[in-house]
Amino acid sequence: MAKLVINNVSLKYHTVEDEIEALHNFNLQVVAKEFISIVGPSGCGKSTLLSLIAGLIKPTSGSIFLDSSPISGTTQKIGYMLQQDYLFEWRTILDNALLGLEVMHRKTGESITRVKKMLKDYGLSGFENSYPHQLSGGMRQRVALIRTLATEPDLLLLDEPFSALDYQTRLAVGEDVCRILSQHQKTVIMVTHDISEAISMADRVIVMTPRPGRVKSEHVIDFGPEYDHGSCLKRRESPRFREYFTAIWKELNTNER
Amino acid sequence: MNGKQGYSLEHYKYLRRIRARKRIILAMQILLLVSVFALWEAAANYGWINQFITSKPSRAWMAAVNLFNRGELWRHLGYTIGETVLGFSVGTIAGILIAAMLWWSDFVSRILDPYIVILNSVPKVALGPIFIVWLGTGLNAVVAMAIATSIIVTIMVVHNGFRNIDPNKIKLMHTFGASRLQIFTKVVIPASVPTMIAALKVSVGLSLVGTIVGEFLGSKAGLGYLIVYGGQIFNMSLVMAAVIMLSTVSALLYYLVVLLERKVVKYNH
Repeated sequence: MAKLVINNVSLKYHTVEDEIEALHNFNLQVVAKEFISIVGPSGCGKSTLLSLIAGLIKPTSGSIFLDSSPISGTTQKIGYMLQQDYLFEWRTILDNALLGLEVMHRKTGESITRVKKMLKDYGLSGFENSYPHQLSGGMRQRVALIRTLATEPDLLLLDEPFSALDYQTRLAVGEDVCRILSQHQKTVIMVTHDISEAISMADRVIVMTPRPGRVKSEHVIDFGPEYDHGSCLKRRESPRFREYFTAIWKELNTNER
Repeated sequence: MNGKQGYSLEHYKYLRRIRARKRIILAMQILLLVSVFALWEAAANYGWINQFITSKPSRAWMAAVNLFNRGELWRHLGYTIGETVLGFSVGTIAGILIAAMLWWSDFVSRILDPYIVILNSVPKVALGPIFIVWLGTGLNAVVAMAIATSIIVTIMVVHNGFRNIDPNKIKLMHTFGASRLQIFTKVVIPASVPTMIAALKVSVGLSLVGTIVGEFLGSKAGLGYLIVYGGQIFNMSLVMAAVIMLSTVSALLYYLVVLLERKVVKYNH
């Protein structure tokens, strides 16, 4: 039984001047605990797709099911991590990490202890009472991840979560996230335009067509058991990595012409 | 935050230079003020200007001392400060509430938008006689003037601040399933604190303008009353004394807002 089913979903944006079809008959099934990467040309509707799954917008036609029930509005089962950390500069790190729980009225002594432990586990001990501007970009992104994970979602949506970071930090934070997510055993859908990132983290890479976005092709990523879980950097060293990269890169390139 | 020890000699020199510069600027500022008063006094004493119409600092001082001796100084100051603070508190609180209402309903905001723009450009002084007819001369009409001059700017600045909050912060709240009230209290209000302080800085000055105009038009107390009364009986020393006190009051009120800002906005660098 699939965790998430996206069934013939189309979406049109309307403005006074124009009508834009962002997605056209998009279909996808995701199994529990699977890590899906979605790549595609800019403006192909990747972020729109995540907003649809998160229940922030409604599809023009088609339907989305999470655990067999249709999605209508936001649900606590889904955690959505945006392109930038968007930490609130007036809140301390701990209060930022607790934001989701607070909104959901789930901030309790027990959950605060849990979040404090997460901060400590992910190298942020001693920063609980600092303000966001005192942290580096990589640290802030980890706080944003903790803020999302703190609400204990089943399904995690990552929208180019590292795009705001410099390359070095990006690799390091990507590795952290990889490790953290493999511990938590979540179902993950990550949108990115970085092919290497997509391959190194995912079980399956979906390539999308230019707008209106559809699934162009799927690539099951299998590095063999010795590369399973834990390190995404290590996967980049696998000989198969280049093959996947070339295949997906060609797919994307034929789009661009 | 940084420790004092362990810096190089050059760094100390650099710090000394910065401090020395700051001291010189402050000294020049004081010197400028003192020179203006000294020149004014001298010009009057040597007959370069006509004392009868310009007065001079020592006479303005005497006028103030006179008021004090008659026990009227604090009453006039108290009226002006009280009316300003009252007008600007009510104007700010009501202005923020109205801005919140406009944020809440984009529909209402669009309907009211042209009227707010027009109200903003109407000189509020023109409303003075209306307030006097409705509320009578004295405190009520003066406070109404102070509110009228400050509230529209507060509404516009604060509403603009509310609208310019990063939409992604609001999207983030939506991903957690936040209600509109939660978005307002947890994002819109705290993110707008700096904007609200900026609005305060403007409206405190405008309220003082409203108060003085209100006192001009109809009152028996306050610095505005002293200025008009002094002008009518050609007592320029009284007028000058009141104007100098007014400048001091305005600086004081502005400084209070700056103090508030330092207290409230802790997270800024």
